[in-house]
Amino acid sequence: MATIAERLEVFWEEKPGLATFFETVDHKKLGFKYLYTGLIFFVLGGLQSLVLRAQLTSANLELVDPETYNQMFSMHGTTMMFLFAIPVLSGFGNYFVPLMIGARDMAFPRLNAFGYWVFLGAGLFMYSSFLGGSAPNDGWFNYPPLAGLEFSPGLNIDFYSLGLIFLGISTTAGAINFIVTIFKMRAPGMSINRMPIFVWGELAMALATVFALPSLTIALVMLELDRKFGFHFFDTERGGDPILWQHLFWIFGHPWVYIIVLPAFGIVSTIIPTFSRRRMIGYIYVVLAEMAVALLGFGVWVHHMFSVGIPQISLSFISAASFMITIPSGTQFFAWMATIVAGKPVLKTPMLFVLGFIFLLAIGGFSGVMFASVPFDQQTTDTYFVVAHLHYVVVGGAVFPMFGALYYWLPKMTGKLLNERMGRLSFWIMFIGFNLAFFPMHISGLLGQPRRTYTYEAGLGWDIWNLLSTVGAGMLTFGILLTFVNWWRSVKKGEPAGDDPWGSETLEWATTSPPPEYNFETVPTVRSLQPLWDQPELREGPQSQEEGGYALAGGHETLATSLLDAQPQAVLEMPHESPWPVLLTTALAVMFYGFLFDAYALAGLGALGSAGGLIGWFWPRGETQET
Amino acid sequence: MSLLETSAPPQATSRESALPRHVAGPRSTGWWGMVMLITTETMLFSALIASYFYLRYQLGPEWPPEGIEPPTLELPLIMTAILWSSSIPVHFAERAIMKGNQRRLRLGLALGFVLGATFLALQLGLEYPETLAEFTPTTNSYGSLFYTITGFHGIHVLVGLMFSLWTQVRAWKGAFDAERHVTVQIFTMYWHFVDVVWLFVLASIYFYPNA
Repeated sequence: MATIAERLEVFWEEKPGLATFFETVDHKKLGFKYLYTGLIFFVLGGLQSLVLRAQLTSANLELVDPETYNQMFSMHGTTMMFLFAIPVLSGFGNYFVPLMIGARDMAFPRLNAFGYWVFLGAGLFMYSSFLGGSAPNDGWFNYPPLAGLEFSPGLNIDFYSLGLIFLGISTTAGAINFIVTIFKMRAPGMSINRMPIFVWGELAMALATVFALPSLTIALVMLELDRKFGFHFFDTERGGDPILWQHLFWIFGHPWVYIIVLPAFGIVSTIIPTFSRRRMIGYIYVVLAEMAVALLGFGVWVHHMFSVGIPQISLSFISAASFMITIPSGTQFFAWMATIVAGKPVLKTPMLFVLGFIFLLAIGGFSGVMFASVPFDQQTTDTYFVVAHLHYVVVGGAVFPMFGALYYWLPKMTGKLLNERMGRLSFWIMFIGFNLAFFPMHISGLLGQPRRTYTYEAGLGWDIWNLLSTVGAGMLTFGILLTFVNWWRSVKKGEPAGDDPWGSETLEWATTSPPPEYNFETVPTVRSLQPLWDQPELREGPQSQEEGGYALAGGHETLATSLLDAQPQAVLEMPHESPWPVLLTTALAVMFYGFLFDAYALAGLGALGSAGGLIGWFWPRGETQET
Repeated sequence: MSLLETSAPPQATSRESALPRHVAGPRSTGWWGMVMLITTETMLFSALIASYFYLRYQLGPEWPPEGIEPPTLELPLIMTAILWSSSIPVHFAERAIMKGNQRRLRLGLALGFVLGATFLALQLGLEYPETLAEFTPTTNSYGSLFYTITGFHGIHVLVGLMFSLWTQVRAWKGAFDAERHVTVQIFTMYWHFVDVVWLFVLASIYFYPNA
C-alpha cells in the first residue's frame, strides 16, 4: 500500500525538462521565477543609477549626454517601481502565501503562470526600447505635455505606456489571485484572526492594486490615444488638460507606494517575533493599521501636486489626510519596537536588516511628514530633498526588508543556510553605503539642487555632497553584491537548513526545506495564531488525520475553506502544467508590438492569437473544476 | 502510474469524502475571482467617468463645446431598453441551471446573446454613423471622451458576447447541471455588470449634457 507521500508524489510531480520550464504552474517555481527576474531588473535599474551617480560626481561632467541621462533616470525609476519592487514582493508572496496558509497551491495556478510570463514579456518589451536608443525619457511619472507627441515624437513614450498597460495585466491577475487564495484556500481553522501578518500585508497590497491600478491604465490609454490617433485628453488647445494626467497618475501612484511597502511591513512583522522570541505585540492593531494605511493611501494623491496650482481647500484636505497616515504607521512602528523590547532579541542577519529598516523608515517618515505641510513642500518640490525622502522610504522601507527576507526565507527555498558573517558584512556595508549615498541628498536638496538635471555648475556648494553620494552608491552596490555572492555560495556549499532553522511560528516551517511539490503531506488543521509554537504535533512531521490533517491523496487536490472562519467547504481539483499561459503572453506581446509600430494588421493578428490562446486555455480536459 | 494501479484506494477519512467536489457561488474560487475582476473594472469606468467630469468643469460653461448638439436621447433609450432587457433571460438561464434545467439554460443564454448583439449592432450601425457626421474623437476633448467611454463600454459588451458564446457551446455539450454551473454564474455576473455600468454611462454621457 502506497503511503500518502508516495501517492501525492505521483499526482503533483511535474516532469523536469524544458517544457516544464515554460508550462509549470507550481507556485514555488513561479515564486522563484518572479524573484530571479525581479532581481535581474533590480541589477539593471541599479546599473542605471550608477551611471547617474557617476555623471553627478562633480560639476560639469560630460560622461553621458543629457538625452542618455534622461533615459537612464526614467528607466531607473520605472524599473525599480514596476519591474523590481512588486515582482520581488509577489515572488515572496507566491512562494510563501500558500505555504503560510497551509494550501497546496494558489487558487488559480495557470493565471499565476500567466502573470509571471506577462511580467517578463512587459519587462522585455520596455527594455527592447534600448535597442533603438529610444527608452522612455520623461521620468517614471511621465507628465504630458512633455510626454505628448509634440515634445516627445519618438517611440520612447509609446514603449513606456504600452509596456505599462501590458504589465498591468500581470499585476491585476496576480492581485486577484492573491485575494482569492487568501480568502478561500486557508487551512482549516485558520480564521482571519489567525492569519499571519505577512499574509495580511499581501492581501492589503492586492486589494489596493485592484482599486488603484485602473486609474493608471486609463491614463495610459488616454495618452496613447492622444499620441497615436490624435485624441485631445491632454491637449489644452482642444479642451483637454494635462493636469488630468497628474490626478490619474497619482491616484494610482500614491497607493502604489503603499502597495510596495505593505508587504514589506508584513515581512518585518514576520521576522521580528521570530527573532525576538515572543509573539507580536498588538497583532490586531498592526493588522488594522496595515489596512488603514492601504485605505488612507487613496486620500493623499494631491500631495504630489502641491506646487501645481490646486485650490487651497483641496490642499488642506489632502494635507490633513497626509498627516493622518502617521497614525497607523506609528501604530505599527511602536508595535515592532515594543515586541523587540519585550522579547529577547537575537541579532541574526534577517533581524539586522529589520533594525536597519526601522531606522531608515523613521528618517523617511520624518521627511515625509514635512512634505505633508504645503509651504514646505512647495519650497522643496523637484529638489534632491525629494529624492532623498523617497529613497529612504522605498529602499529603507522595502529593499531592506526584502534582503532580510532573503536571509530569512532562502534557507526554506533552497534548503541551505546563508553564511552569517558574510550576511552581517553585507548588511553593514549596505546600511552605511545607503546613508552615505542618500543622506547628503537632503542637504544638496535644501541647497537647491534640482532632480533630473544632468549636470550642475561648480561653486554652488553641491560638489561635496554629490561626491559623497556617489561614493555611497558604490558602497551600497558592493554590499548588495555580497548578498548575491552569499546566496550563490550557500547553494553550492551552504550548511543544510533543516525544516526550521529559526524556530519560527508560521506553517511554512512545518514542511521540508525545500518543500515537496504538494507542500504538505497533510493539510493541517490550525488551532492558533502561532501554529508552530502552540501545536507541538506540527513539529513532528505531518499532522496525522486523527489530529485534523487532510491527506487529499486521491488526486491533484487541495481544500477550499470558508472566508471568515476557514471551515472546510470543498475539495478542489487543481489544474496541471499548461503551455497556454506562455502562448497567450506571446500573442499579447505581438499585439502590443503591433500597436507600437502602428502595424494594426499585426496587432489584429495578436488579438486573434490571444482569443485562440484563451480557447486553448479553457478547453475542457476533464481535470479541473472546469464548470 | 503503476504505483496507483497496484496500491489501495486512498485512505480518505469520512471527513474528507464528505466534502463536495463541485461548488458554486461564494463557496467557489471562480466566483470570487469574478467579483474581484468586476471590482477592478468598476474602477476603470470610475476613472473614465471622473475624467469626463474633470475635463468638463475645466472647460467652462458651454458643454458640449463648440456648438456640438447634446446627444439625442431616442436611440440611446431604445438601446438601453434592449440592453437591460437582455439581463432578464440571462438571469432566468442561471436560475434554470441551478435546478438542472438544460433547455431553459440554453434558451435564456441565446436570448440574452441576441439582445446584447442587437445593442452593439445599433451602436455601431446607427448611433456612431449619426454622431460621427457631427463630431469625431479628434474634434475636441468632448469627442475624445464620448467615443472612448461609449466605445469602452461597447468593447465590454463584445467581450460579454464572446463569453456568452463560450458558455453556450459548453451548455450544448451538457457541461452544466444542478451542481456544476460556476461558469454560468460567472458569466451572469459579468453580463449584469456590463448592464449596470451602462446606467452610469447613460446618465453622464447622454442625460447630463441635456440637463
